Amino acid sequence: MSQPKPDDADTRSGRDASGLPLRGPRSTKVGSSKAGTGRSLTRRQRLSRWDARFAPYVYISPFFVVFALVGLFPLVYTAWVSVHEWGLLSGKGEYVGLQNYREVWENPYFLKQTVNTLSIFVLSSGPQIVIAVVLAAMLDTHLRGRTFWRMSILLPYVVSPVAVAIIFGSLYGDKYGLINQALNTIGIDGIGWHTNRFASHVAIATMVNWRWTGFNTLIFLAAMQAVPRDLYESAEMDGASKVRQFLSVTLPMIKPTMIFVVITSTIGGLQIFAEPRLFDETTARNGGADRQFGTITMFIYDQGWQLRDLGRASATAWMLFLMILALALVNLMLVRRLGRLGGSK
Amino acid sequence: MSHLTHTRSRRTGLALAAVAALVLGVTTACGDDSEGGGDEDGTTTISVATFNEFGYEGLIDEWNESHDDIKIKQVKVGTWDDAKANLYTKLAAGSGLSDIEAIEGDAIAAVLAESDAFTDLSDPALDGRWLDFAVERGTSQDGELIGYATDVGPEGICYRADLFEQAGLPTDRAEVAALMGTWDDYFATGEKFVAAMPDTAWYDSSEGLSQAMLNQVENPFETDDNTIDTDNPELKAVWDTVTGNAETLSSGNSQWGDDWTASFQNDGFATMACPGWMLGVIEGNAEGVEGWDIADVFPGGGGNWGGSYLTVPAQGDNIDAAKEVAAWLTAPEQQVKAFLDKKTFPSQVEALSMPEVTGAVGEFFNDAPIGEILANRAKAVTVQPHKGPKYSDILQAFQAGILRVVDGSQTPDESWDQFQTDVEALG
Repeated sequence: MSQPKPDDADTRSGRDASGLPLRGPRSTKVGSSKAGTGRSLTRRQRLSRWDARFAPYVYISPFFVVFALVGLFPLVYTAWVSVHEWGLLSGKGEYVGLQNYREVWENPYFLKQTVNTLSIFVLSSGPQIVIAVVLAAMLDTHLRGRTFWRMSILLPYVVSPVAVAIIFGSLYGDKYGLINQALNTIGIDGIGWHTNRFASHVAIATMVNWRWTGFNTLIFLAAMQAVPRDLYESAEMDGASKVRQFLSVTLPMIKPTMIFVVITSTIGGLQIFAEPRLFDETTARNGGADRQFGTITMFIYDQGWQLRDLGRASATAWMLFLMILALALVNLMLVRRLGRLGGSK
Repeated sequence: MSHLTHTRSRRTGLALAAVAALVLGVTTACGDDSEGGGDEDGTTTISVATFNEFGYEGLIDEWNESHDDIKIKQVKVGTWDDAKANLYTKLAAGSGLSDIEAIEGDAIAAVLAESDAFTDLSDPALDGRWLDFAVERGTSQDGELIGYATDVGPEGICYRADLFEQAGLPTDRAEVAALMGTWDDYFATGEKFVAAMPDTAWYDSSEGLSQAMLNQVENPFETDDNTIDTDNPELKAVWDTVTGNAETLSSGNSQWGDDWTASFQNDGFATMACPGWMLGVIEGNAEGVEGWDIADVFPGGGGNWGGSYLTVPAQGDNIDAAKEVAAWLTAPEQQVKAFLDKKTFPSQVEALSMPEVTGAVGEFFNDAPIGEILANRAKAVTVQPHKGPKYSDILQAFQAGILRVVDGSQTPDESWDQFQTDVEALG
């Protein structure tokens, strides 16, 4: 193992014969300039070259194969469905071009549910990221029983959203919920958590935040621990306060993680479904009788499975996909700009 | 050194405990979702999907004790609407349905429209088992019997005698019945009640009231040839009555929601329209509450609300066994037991004259002779509304429309217009 023989072409140990780390292009270039010109290669040598050239791609291929199967194919197939009449039970009908998209666009519920989704997204992702960063900063100190605190902050994440919805459902009951009962005892009228549009968004956002804040905290914590400690020492010697250190050292250093979290929460936030659906008290479960808190994914579900029109459901799904793409890009730009501002100070 | 190893071992211990807690959380959160139905030990498991209360728990135990080759497993969800969402998703997928799927009476017409996906359960041996109208509703246009009727839903009025007393109203069944012969009388009595008891509503929900009234309309949403017609005067009359009384008499709760369920324990309302199967729901939700009774009356004549069917989806692996189980569960002897358990009033002719049914007493309902009362209520039913394939879908939109008025987000006229648009979208 320690001294491979020159003709030992077994590169599975991760190193080629020369002992250099394997990097596809480089090792093949070495091979072709020396051996490829003059004499022909032995079968073993040729195998070795192929191995070096293609093995890395084979190693990473499972992800892409699975992605093509469960990611790319459904995406393309959804596009195919969206330009046809397509009933849930009756199956494929005529080609209709962009008519499904037009119908969805003209449906007043679509606009309303898009606004709801964005509102719930802003109410959840915004506070969630701020709280997560602050919590992570607090956990990144010399606390007693650190592991305990760090692990317990993740506990809400492992509770299933269904259980979360049941618990929060009894907190936010319009009449007999804990919060409204408490408000009543101090003489304030209860809040219509299921009927007032904004109140319902707040209620759902708290559910999301409760579940996801801890998860994001851990990601931020990992990023913070990777910040070189000597940066803080230098800052301290320059007389920077803890707050200043946080703003000028920690935040700029965790920017890549921040981008990651913002983008994943954009993707997740715009697809919110289980929380509002389970929060719903009406039998149709479209997000309130007037769709006060219906989201786009619930609109897709309604179109596809309750109105049983998969064509329109697919069209909506594609519109949502494009919306997420656009918003993720906007967020990416915003976070980058923000980081630059912080860095220039 | 020893100090260091000490803290390290403590930290490891903490980490282990935390991980254990996480794993526990994950596993309990995931729950047991294993599908039965396998033939590992030579037995066939027949899954029966039901909603609300069918009263099958005891029957399933009885079957499982006496049968070694076929076992029954119940899959229960809260409401028909959730069961319906599951039904259509899995019909489209072509797999995943239970061997037997219970269908709510209002939606059986929609299932008949997809009769290819269900097994024809016709069996000459079962001729004459059910009331004619129950068989008719479960039979497709081609004459295939798609669903075995479980129960029917003759409606009476359930009421809280203790709250009636506090409000200065009579509490005796017969006297209460005399106060509610027509809808006008019912609402007028309600006005008196809420004047005396301002914190308690007259009835449980506007949606429940709307169902009770719709079941007295010949063609609520669809004409006899199944053309959708939701802009008809009779429907508008129901709408106007329900929305007009919403503010003063209704609890304002969304039927089947958390607040609605909680209102049984909080003196939230005094009366509700109750078909037989609703008695079981009341008994469950109002556990520990004393004072429930049932009057042998229904405003504006009789009415039938619901009553369900057992169907056997064609996609199942054990169709013959499923058919056998469905026939057994809907046999008079079994439905009588279900009735005694959850008060689902049998749709089987023979069961109606059995002493267990005619002499049945509801202990929870102040020992009311529920068998006799429900039989009278069934006889009072004169109208069987025409419910076409879209009935259940339109009903959902209709009730959402009523809720928009009840919760104050729209005026009755705005909401009525939106209901019409929603129905158009159903196509």
